[in-house]
Amino acid sequence: MNPTGNDGRALPRAGRALPWALVTPALGWTLLFFVLPFIAMGLSSLTAHEGGGFTLTNYSQFFTNPSYWQAMVNSLEVTAIVTVVSVLLAYPFAWILAEQVPERWQRLALMLAVLPFWTSYVVRSYSWLLVLAQNGVINRALTGSGLVTEPLQLANTRFATVTGFVHFFVMLLTLTIFANLKQLSPSYRKAAADLGAGPVRTFLHVVLPLTLPGIMVGAFLTFVLCIGDYITPQILGGNNELLMPQLVMMQIGRRGDFPLASALSIILMAVVTIAYLACARWLKIERA
Amino acid sequence: MRQFVRVASWVYALAVYGFIFLPVVVLVLFSLQSTSFPIPPFTGPSLRWYEAVLSDVRLTSALVNSLLVAALSSATAVTLGFLSAWGFARFVLPGSGLLRGLITLPLTVSYLIIGMGLLVLFNWAGVPKSLLAAGIGHVVINLPLCFAIIYSQMGDHQINIERAARDLGAPEWKVLLLITVPVMAPAIFAGFFLSMTFSWDEFVISFLLTRFDTTLPVEIWNLLRSGLNPKTNAVGSLVFAVSIVLVVLFELTLLRRKPA
Amino acid sequence: MSVPLVDIRSVSHRFGQLAVLKNVSLQIEPGSYTILLGPSGSGKTTLLSILGGFVTPSEGKVFIRGEDCTAMPPAKRPTTTVFQDYALFPHMSVGGNVGFGLRMQGVDGATRAARAREALALVGLASAFDKKPHQLSGGQRQRVALARALVIEPAVLLLDEPLGALDLKLRRQMQDELKAIQKRVGTAFIHVTHDQEEAMALADHCVVMNDGRIEDEGPPERVYHRPATRFSATFMGESTILAGTVAETTNGIATVATSIGLVLLPGAVQPGANVALAIRPEHLVLGTNEGAVGLGTAEVSDVVFQGSFKRVLATSTIDAALQFIAKAPASATVQTGDTVMVSCKADDMILLANER
Repeated sequence: MNPTGNDGRALPRAGRALPWALVTPALGWTLLFFVLPFIAMGLSSLTAHEGGGFTLTNYSQFFTNPSYWQAMVNSLEVTAIVTVVSVLLAYPFAWILAEQVPERWQRLALMLAVLPFWTSYVVRSYSWLLVLAQNGVINRALTGSGLVTEPLQLANTRFATVTGFVHFFVMLLTLTIFANLKQLSPSYRKAAADLGAGPVRTFLHVVLPLTLPGIMVGAFLTFVLCIGDYITPQILGGNNELLMPQLVMMQIGRRGDFPLASALSIILMAVVTIAYLACARWLKIERA
Repeated sequence: MRQFVRVASWVYALAVYGFIFLPVVVLVLFSLQSTSFPIPPFTGPSLRWYEAVLSDVRLTSALVNSLLVAALSSATAVTLGFLSAWGFARFVLPGSGLLRGLITLPLTVSYLIIGMGLLVLFNWAGVPKSLLAAGIGHVVINLPLCFAIIYSQMGDHQINIERAARDLGAPEWKVLLLITVPVMAPAIFAGFFLSMTFSWDEFVISFLLTRFDTTLPVEIWNLLRSGLNPKTNAVGSLVFAVSIVLVVLFELTLLRRKPA
Repeated sequence: MSVPLVDIRSVSHRFGQLAVLKNVSLQIEPGSYTILLGPSGSGKTTLLSILGGFVTPSEGKVFIRGEDCTAMPPAKRPTTTVFQDYALFPHMSVGGNVGFGLRMQGVDGATRAARAREALALVGLASAFDKKPHQLSGGQRQRVALARALVIEPAVLLLDEPLGALDLKLRRQMQDELKAIQKRVGTAFIHVTHDQEEAMALADHCVVMNDGRIEDEGPPERVYHRPATRFSATFMGESTILAGTVAETTNGIATVATSIGLVLLPGAVQPGANVALAIRPEHLVLGTNEGAVGLGTAEVSDVVFQGSFKRVLATSTIDAALQFIAKAPASATVQTGDTVMVSCKADDMILLANER
């Protein structure tokens, strides 16, 4: 019936200052330490490293210097591969956990599946380095079994970067897709079966379309987190090919060039924003 | 057919579990290595590298720093998040949707960029690099999280509960202390522990904003420059253990609210 | 009559553009059981929220015990509210819940416990003192909410659809208990519901609301037998409605021209006025029309067996738009498809004037 929802939010006459007193600290913090830094970064990106007035060189450099441009291409390629591979690996896994594992073991199975998710990500990347190193576990196993004669170059490659990323995002996506599958009312599946659909067709026509919005959200999250990560490519990929975050950090670390680092950060953010706007149509499905 | 699906499922699931656990197992196993390289063959078990870690003042002080930054920044984030969630859930504020969007906005920006922005700002303002600066950055990333968790749990039912308390004569501060905080305790704890794990784990902001005194992930990063080393395995395993403790605490607080 | 306990004077309220209360005035006597009855969106819950102090009306004033309470916060006014979802504090024991209001008044622990136990005994839950709200059934939670509100001895107890969440059988049982408790404590109860049976069972004073206005108010018997408007004739129980125009009025007898002919009944209405005649189902007679006003013949479209009686729906053979709703004895042999004569005593017809 009722306007209660509305009255519930009516101001108690205790004082109109109270609500502002409650929200101002959080808003102030966000303005001071999130919005203001952003403005500072924007202004900085428009100045030259050597000092002096307004300039667009930092941005024009990105488009004229092929190695900068290449870093963005690398980032986009790696992110795209990681997103697709992670979704393809995680979906069947989440499905098995949600459908094939007995109900009482599911919580445990899921907890185990995402346990390494909680290791520090510096440590996680380092662990992969151990596994993929020249004389690491995998190469020892391969040479030991005689499958290869020479150890393979696994670490410090794009393959290593992708592996490290996929490891993390498989866990993240398993979590989100599992939640999605469990939220699906069993009545849908029963109804489909009742109307004569076999398990395969039920999955294709009912389960998959209904979980697609969730997958899109997970994939977008993967994209955002992956493209902005510095640690994984730095530890596992080495400096053989640079990704955008590495490029940004390089400007600060080696040259102290804040203006250029700011400009590159803003370009990176712009790419994420464009990706968001491109996906917004699918991301909205979930809210509807 | 059904049988085939079952077997295939098992094989697939075990393969993925294997993939997920491979690096962790290798990490922990070779932390027990007795020789100087964390690569096969396994020569342990030995605790010498754990001893090495615990006697390394840089690492132990970084560990204390990390816990300190995590605890203080999480406490700040959860306090600010709770107060603002309460304000937005209970009162009509002009532009409420926009302001809530502003508070949650940092969730969509990568840590690197948040760190970069703070670095540029602090650099201009002359704020020196320090643990405090990193802590401020951790509040920026965790505040939206705490806000979102707590705000989502403030439903209409809680509104009525608070109205009932006011109706029975409780002044606003008693409503907050006696009713709202206890009722929201699970969400508050969840926000706090999740913030703890994220802050504990955070690298890039700490890396950009600290110099001499730093947090554990940054110190581990410094250790990595010396190449593969069982000491890194040992400290990594310790970090993992602490994370697991935090996660278990988090799970327990989540479970605790089920019977209510 | 002295000063009324509650005096609502010309209250209007808007949520944004939406007017939910339109110039409502209402007086409530001490010790009475008042029901605000109406459909969803009729404004009854808003009126209750205004009484409780959760909403300040856009216009008008509210006096309680002669004091202007219009803008007084809930804590300060002599009212307490029993919420629809009970709003028990989930982290406190039942005793803690019931004692909360006293605690806020600074009453010491021992007295508080004693009075909370008393209040719980009043609602028949003496043994639940140490339990947690989630260990109780819906009906028990309802009683705890009632005890919690009563223990601080309000002048007016406000109940917002208190029985809405209970199943039918429990609802009827709690109705009787509510009435008994109200008589025992003597506090004025104001109770919001959309259930007309609940209204008839509980109310000393029944207020029928629709679209932000009070349609009718009075003792439930009066409201049922002599509804003031077409809305209350159809919302509080069913009625057959016969629209017409007054042809003439002589010696207190009105002649009304309807689609099924002239109908004479007691009443003094200006000739030419549009009116409606409302007839309660139990007053419609099927089959004969001796000494009664004939309403023509009708074809039975449905017969629903209701246990102690049969509910008969019939369509007039003269005016297909006219639907009769009648109550026939359980033993009646009337069947779907039958054509029957319909009649009604002139005294049982209710003349509703001021029809648009």
